[in-house]
Amino acid sequence: MFGLFKKFKDGLAKTVAAITEKTHGLFGGRTIDASSLETLEEALFTADFGVATTGEILTEIKAASRKDKELRGQEAAAIGAAVLRRVLTGSERALTAAPTAPTVIVMIGVNGSGKTTTSAKLGWLLKQDGKSVMLAACDTFRAAAVEQLKSWATRLDLPIVASHTGADAAAVAFDAWQAAKARGCDYLIVDTAGRLHTKGHLMDELAKIRRVLQKNDPTAPHHAWLVVDGSLGTNSIEQARVFHKSFGLTGLVVTKLDGTSRGGAIVGIWRELGLPIYFLGLGEQPEDLQPFSAENYAKAVFGLET
Amino acid sequence: MFESLTDKLSSALRNLRGVGKLSEDNMADALKEVRTALLSADVHFKVAREFVERVQAQCVGQEVIKSVTPGQQIIKIIHDELVRLLGEGTTDLSPARPLKVLMAGLHGSGKTTSTAKLGRLLKKRGYRPFVIACDVYRPAAIDQLEILAKQEELGFYGDRVSKDVPAIGAAGLAAAQAAGADAILFDTAGRLQIDADLIEEVKKLRARIQPDEVLLVADGALGQEAVNVAKAFHDALQLTGLILTKLDGDARGGAALSIKSITGVPIKFVGTGEKVADFDTFYPDRLASRILGMGDVVSLVERAQENIDQKEAEKMAEKLRKADFNLEDFLAQLQQVKKLGSMQSIMGMMPGMSGVALPDDAEKQMARTEAIIKSMTLQERRKPDVLNGNRRLRIANGAGVKVLEVNQLMKQFQQMQKMMKMLKGGGAKKMMRQMEGMKGKGGFPGF
Repeated sequence: MFGLFKKFKDGLAKTVAAITEKTHGLFGGRTIDASSLETLEEALFTADFGVATTGEILTEIKAASRKDKELRGQEAAAIGAAVLRRVLTGSERALTAAPTAPTVIVMIGVNGSGKTTTSAKLGWLLKQDGKSVMLAACDTFRAAAVEQLKSWATRLDLPIVASHTGADAAAVAFDAWQAAKARGCDYLIVDTAGRLHTKGHLMDELAKIRRVLQKNDPTAPHHAWLVVDGSLGTNSIEQARVFHKSFGLTGLVVTKLDGTSRGGAIVGIWRELGLPIYFLGLGEQPEDLQPFSAENYAKAVFGLET
Repeated sequence: MFESLTDKLSSALRNLRGVGKLSEDNMADALKEVRTALLSADVHFKVAREFVERVQAQCVGQEVIKSVTPGQQIIKIIHDELVRLLGEGTTDLSPARPLKVLMAGLHGSGKTTSTAKLGRLLKKRGYRPFVIACDVYRPAAIDQLEILAKQEELGFYGDRVSKDVPAIGAAGLAAAQAAGADAILFDTAGRLQIDADLIEEVKKLRARIQPDEVLLVADGALGQEAVNVAKAFHDALQLTGLILTKLDGDARGGAALSIKSITGVPIKFVGTGEKVADFDTFYPDRLASRILGMGDVVSLVERAQENIDQKEAEKMAEKLRKADFNLEDFLAQLQQVKKLGSMQSIMGMMPGMSGVALPDDAEKQMARTEAIIKSMTLQERRKPDVLNGNRRLRIANGAGVKVLEVNQLMKQFQQMQKMMKMLKGGGAKKMMRQMEGMKGKGGFPGF
């Protein structure tokens, strides 16, 4: 467990650096004043937390500093982390298996959010955990997307069901479920094509994948995750809202958090839609997919020791 | 979700009626709204602040013109300033022949797709394009570019063995020149701006191939992070332009303003769809409207032009302009609209309607609406005022709906008429003028 924890912290290290750098030791020993509050506001805004959460954090810190003129930066940071932690209460969720195998996980998202890579990483993670996994290459739209997942499957030694580009994605999903069942796989991970949430006909294709999976198992898919690019801004919330409405999401995976972006948009998604966060993508290696911890995330954002 | 800035400003400035001049004091609330609007459109915090300060400087001391609301007046100043900022610099590519273009950006921003799209565009402009796959990391990235190149009949070079990116670039350049290509595009791997090794690699590639254009490919939905990304890439590669992708979504695109302000390099192209043809030169006024939540009328019109009968569109524009619009027109409109894509995406592009949520069964609703209108006589369609209880019952029976639904439709129709009259008075005029102005450039024959 400790190893996981450290990995999480390391992954978010640049995030911490970026925030603390911006706040110029705001969270150090100095007392909080008007100018440091302004810096704090900027740091929070540039983390994409959105207007509501930023406002809440500021309000509490301001209130505390009115009460205690000697309020130190470190204490302010603790207040900020506590607010964030409170806002994120309930947002952690661990992957659970369905009563009957295979447990079906569908990865959904806009183009370039990292669905294929996340599918492969998750497969690897489950395999490390002693589970058997089948991949389904249902991105039959983008040129070479099938080859991309196939090449991951070979690299990580995971079985895969794939057709060719242009094939019917739902048919691939159907076959993959049959294959997973026949092989007695614990999990089936379905990678789908990237689609902007504004395209109605592409959203219909997702519905078809669901229907076809349900022909095999009426309870499938057990998990429908939106893969969110952590460097995107407020539009992630809109993406989540539309995907949730049309497909019924069960949670999120947030990718590309190994840069300097804070992925604050997930806070907005959690607030608005109550979709739990399962994993964070913290790097390019298979082992860089990490379970989400609200506590660690909140502390990392405010540069507190975990 | 996105209330239009115009609405917000109008309420913030309500107490401004009767005030003769704009001052720092009476504009404070309004400017706060402007800042919030920019922030929620993902414009970077600092960029938003500077922008608001500039707008403030321009507004203060201006007379409040009686004919328009102060809100509209400020919007115009903001809009013009945005257009100026976004539009600085030329969208033209370097005239060099052969033209060498290096594409760079984060993971998943759309580099490979944009490379193929740019290749296609250049081919249309008379170049002989050639694309070179320099992404040796993402599995099957080379295959992806090769497939797209074949599809668009562009020259292609890839090396599935070597990992030496600068050497691949040089070999590809030689191959392109040998093939007589005069537009040579280098697709590179996605990389984080803080990944020192990969940034070093693309710097070496740049030094080796000496490109005439270095284009940053950025997702139009990027958040505050856009500033860090743009700055680091610009420092490393001396960018010459920007390609903004995935603008067919509903992101407001504020990142573009951030990137523009930080790097000063011009925005040259926008990606507007999944098809290789969905690629366009950048128009600052469209993006400005979008950032401000004023809708993207021009894009709507363009999409309409692709799908809609032109004479029909002209007639419709005229009717819209005069706010003279009956149920027959409404039916024709519905039938045209069905060709345009999902209702929600269309609404998103209409000024002031971006926040209007459509019910889940909007499309079915449309079919029912069609049935109702089709059950009316011509007279009823042209003069909906004649619709009494008896007529409504007959129509309901004919369309297989309840009278209530006929009533609802009529109510909606009346609201629509009202809205058009409003548009006619205010923002629409300017819209129409803009389109009028573009007519000369041959961009919008329908208007």
